[in-house]
Amino acid sequence: MDEEIKLIDENGLRVDGRRFDELRPVRIEVGVLKNADGSALIVQGRTKILAAVYGPREIHPKHLSKPDRAVLRCRYHMAPFSVEDRKSPAPSRRETELSKVIREALEPAILLEKFPRTCIDVFVEVLEADGGTRCAGVTAASVALADAGIPMKDLVVGCAAGKVDGVVVVDLCDIEDKYGEVDVPVAYMPNKGLISLLQMDGILTMEEFEKALNLAIDGCKKIYEVQKAALKRKYDFTEKLKREADKSEE
Amino acid sequence: MSMVGGRRSLVIPGEIIVEGNFRAGLNTYLENGKIYSTVMGLAEIRGRVVSVIPIKSYYIPKVGDIVIGIVTDNSPTYWQVDINSPYMAILQVSDALPRPIDPAKENIRKYFDVGDVLLAEIALFDKLRSPLLKANGRGQGKLKGGILVEVSPAKVPRLIGKRGSMINMLKKELGCQIIVGQNGRVWINSVNEKLIDLAVKAVKIVDEEAQTRGLTERVKKFILKGKEKIDLESA
Amino acid sequence: MKNKIPVSINREHVLKLLSKGMRIDGRDLLNYRPISINFEVAGKADGSASVRFGDTYVMVGVKAEIGKPFPDTPGEGVLLVNAEFVPLASPDFEPGPPNEDAIELARVVDRGLRKGEVVDLKELCIVPGEKVWMLWVDIYILDHNGNLMDAAALASLAALMNTKLPEVKVEGEEIIKTGKFKPLNIKDYPIAVTLGKIGGSFIVDPLLDEEQLMDCRLTVITTKSGNICALQKSFSGTFSQGDVLKALNIAVEKGKELRDLLFSSFEKFSSSKA
Repeated sequence: MDEEIKLIDENGLRVDGRRFDELRPVRIEVGVLKNADGSALIVQGRTKILAAVYGPREIHPKHLSKPDRAVLRCRYHMAPFSVEDRKSPAPSRRETELSKVIREALEPAILLEKFPRTCIDVFVEVLEADGGTRCAGVTAASVALADAGIPMKDLVVGCAAGKVDGVVVVDLCDIEDKYGEVDVPVAYMPNKGLISLLQMDGILTMEEFEKALNLAIDGCKKIYEVQKAALKRKYDFTEKLKREADKSEE
Repeated sequence: MSMVGGRRSLVIPGEIIVEGNFRAGLNTYLENGKIYSTVMGLAEIRGRVVSVIPIKSYYIPKVGDIVIGIVTDNSPTYWQVDINSPYMAILQVSDALPRPIDPAKENIRKYFDVGDVLLAEIALFDKLRSPLLKANGRGQGKLKGGILVEVSPAKVPRLIGKRGSMINMLKKELGCQIIVGQNGRVWINSVNEKLIDLAVKAVKIVDEEAQTRGLTERVKKFILKGKEKIDLESA
Repeated sequence: MKNKIPVSINREHVLKLLSKGMRIDGRDLLNYRPISINFEVAGKADGSASVRFGDTYVMVGVKAEIGKPFPDTPGEGVLLVNAEFVPLASPDFEPGPPNEDAIELARVVDRGLRKGEVVDLKELCIVPGEKVWMLWVDIYILDHNGNLMDAAALASLAALMNTKLPEVKVEGEEIIKTGKFKPLNIKDYPIAVTLGKIGGSFIVDPLLDEEQLMDCRLTVITTKSGNICALQKSFSGTFSQGDVLKALNIAVEKGKELRDLLFSSFEKFSSSKA
C-alpha cells in the first residue's frame, strides 16, 4: 500500500496540488496568550503551533545560571491529539532532540549577554501536526521572542525542503514527509544570511542537495515576510487606532 | 528625526534601519555599514545616532531609581524583593528602616511581610550580584492601602510625561494618590474605589497607546467622561 | 515577570470591593466573564473544542482508539480524561508529569462526564470482551487566568459533542473501518460550576487574583434535568451546611445558562458547517 502512494501527479503537482516550489498558506498571529511575556500562533497548511516565551527571569535551580549571559531553554512538545494516533504526553526522544535543535537554531540570534544570570524559556506546543513542525516551531518561537521584547540580531525562520517521488520540493506536508525520500529542515536568519538549523535524513546527490537548500532558503525568505507583517500589524499603533475607530463606527 | 515619511518608523529585530555614515545608539548594532535594530520598536535618528525605542522592555535596575517592590521572602537579616525585573532584589535590614533594629532580637517580618508593597531605591547593582535596595529614605518603606498595577517599564517616561505633564494631569483630574516606580509598577490610592478603578483604566490606556499623539488630551477626556458616570451613579 | 506572591494591598482591595458586591473587573459576583466556545479546533483529533473565559483559554481534543475493555466491564467502552498543564500557559506551570492540581482537574471532569452519563459506554463496545472504543479526552490548558475547572469541563463536553467515531464492521477476527463516520451519541449535558468563597461571599468564575484569595471552592456538576452528578470541595477552608445548599442552587441556575450558551454555540457551528 505504501509503495502505491503517488506523491507527484502527471502534471508535476503534489498531493495537495502545489507546485514543487510552492509553500502552504502561512498565517501568523502575535501576542495570543495573556500570561506569556511573548507569544505567537502559526498555521502553516494544517500544521498549527503555539509558541510562548517567559523571561528573562530568575533561573531555578540557581546553579544552572551563567555569570555572563542568559540561559536559553526550549521545550518542543506535541499535544496528545495533534497526530493520527494519540501521542502519550510524556516527552519522547524525538521531542527531546527537537527541543535541542530548535534551541540551537534560536540561540545565535538572541543577545543573551544582555541578561546575565537569568533564563529565557521558549515553549513550543504542537496542536496539529501535518509536517514541518520543527520549522514552523522555530518560526513561531522567534516571533514570540520578538513579541516578548527580547533583543535579537535577527529573526529566525524555519522551512524544510525534501525529495518526493524523485522531485526536490519545498515545505513538505505530513504525507510527503512520511512517504517521500528525503527531508531537509532548515532554519535561517534572513538579514544575516546565516543557517542555524540543518538536518537531513535520506540520500541526495550534491546537485539535489544544493537545490533543496536553495528552495528551503527561498521558503524561509517568503515566510519571513509573513513574520514581519504579523509583528508590524500587532504593533502599528496608528493602524490599530484606525481599526478601532472603524470598529466603533460600524 | 525620521527617515520614512516624516515619522518614526516601526522596526523588528534584524531589520536594517539605515545605511551609510551613522552611529549605532540604543537597541541597534552596526555591521558592514548598515545599522540594524535588535528589538521591536520605533526607530529614530537624531543627528547621526540611530536608536530604537522598544515597545516592550524589561526593567534593568539603575542606581538611584525609585522602584515599587513586592516582598517575596525573607531571611533573618534581609528581605527578597520582586522589582518587576529579571533580577530579584535584596533589602538588608540595615538599609530598610528609619531606625536600627537588632535582627537577633526581633523577627524582621514584623516590619515587612511577604506580599507587602515597598517604595524603595536601587542602592547598588552590578549585574554580578542581586540588586541591593534601600528603603529608609523619606516617604520610602511600606505602601498601605490602594492597589498596584503594572505597565511596561518602557512606558514609564510617557506615564510621567514631559516635566510631569501626564502624571500631574492624572493626579489633578482623578484626585488620587499615584506613585510611579521606574520599574513599571504604579501604586494608586483613593477613598473612592470607583475612582481607583477609573485611574487603573486611565493608566492602562497610557500603557497601550504610549506611542500615539494627543494622548494626554485623550486620557483627560476619558477621565472626565468616567467621572460624569460615577457622579450619575452615586446621584 | 509575574509574581506568584499575592500582593497584600491588592488582597485588601479585592476584599473591600467584594464586601460591597463589586469585583476588580467590574463584574457582578455571580457573572461569568465573556465566554466563547469554538468547535473543531484541532484537525487531527476525532473531536475538539476550545473555550475562553476572558483570558483563560482551554483546548480539548478527543481521540478514539480501538482497545481492550477492562475485565470487569467487558461490554463497555472506555472513557479516559487527562489534563496537561503545559508550561506555556502560566509562569507557575512546570514541565513534567501532571501534578496534583492537573490530576484533580482531570478526575473531576471525568466524574462529571461519567456520572452525568454523557455517553452510554455500552454503545462504545465493538466485540464484547475483546474490542471496544477508548475515548481519550485530553485537556490542554493554554492560558491560565483563573477558573480552569469550569472551562475544562465545558470544553470537554463541547469536544465530545463534536466527536465523530469511524464506523466499523466486524468480519471474523478483523475490524474493518468503512471510511464513514458517525457523531458520538450524547445522552446528557452535565455542566460544572465552581463557587468560590472569599470572606463570606460566593463568586463564580474567579480571576487568578481572586482565586489566590479564595478560602475554598465547591465545584458542582449538574445535569440537564437539574440533578447533581458530581461535587468537589477543594482548598483548605470550610463551608457551612447552608453554604453548600446555597451553592447548589446557584450552580443549577448558572449551569443552565452555560448549557444554553453551549447549545447556541454548537448550533451556530453546525449551521456554518452545513
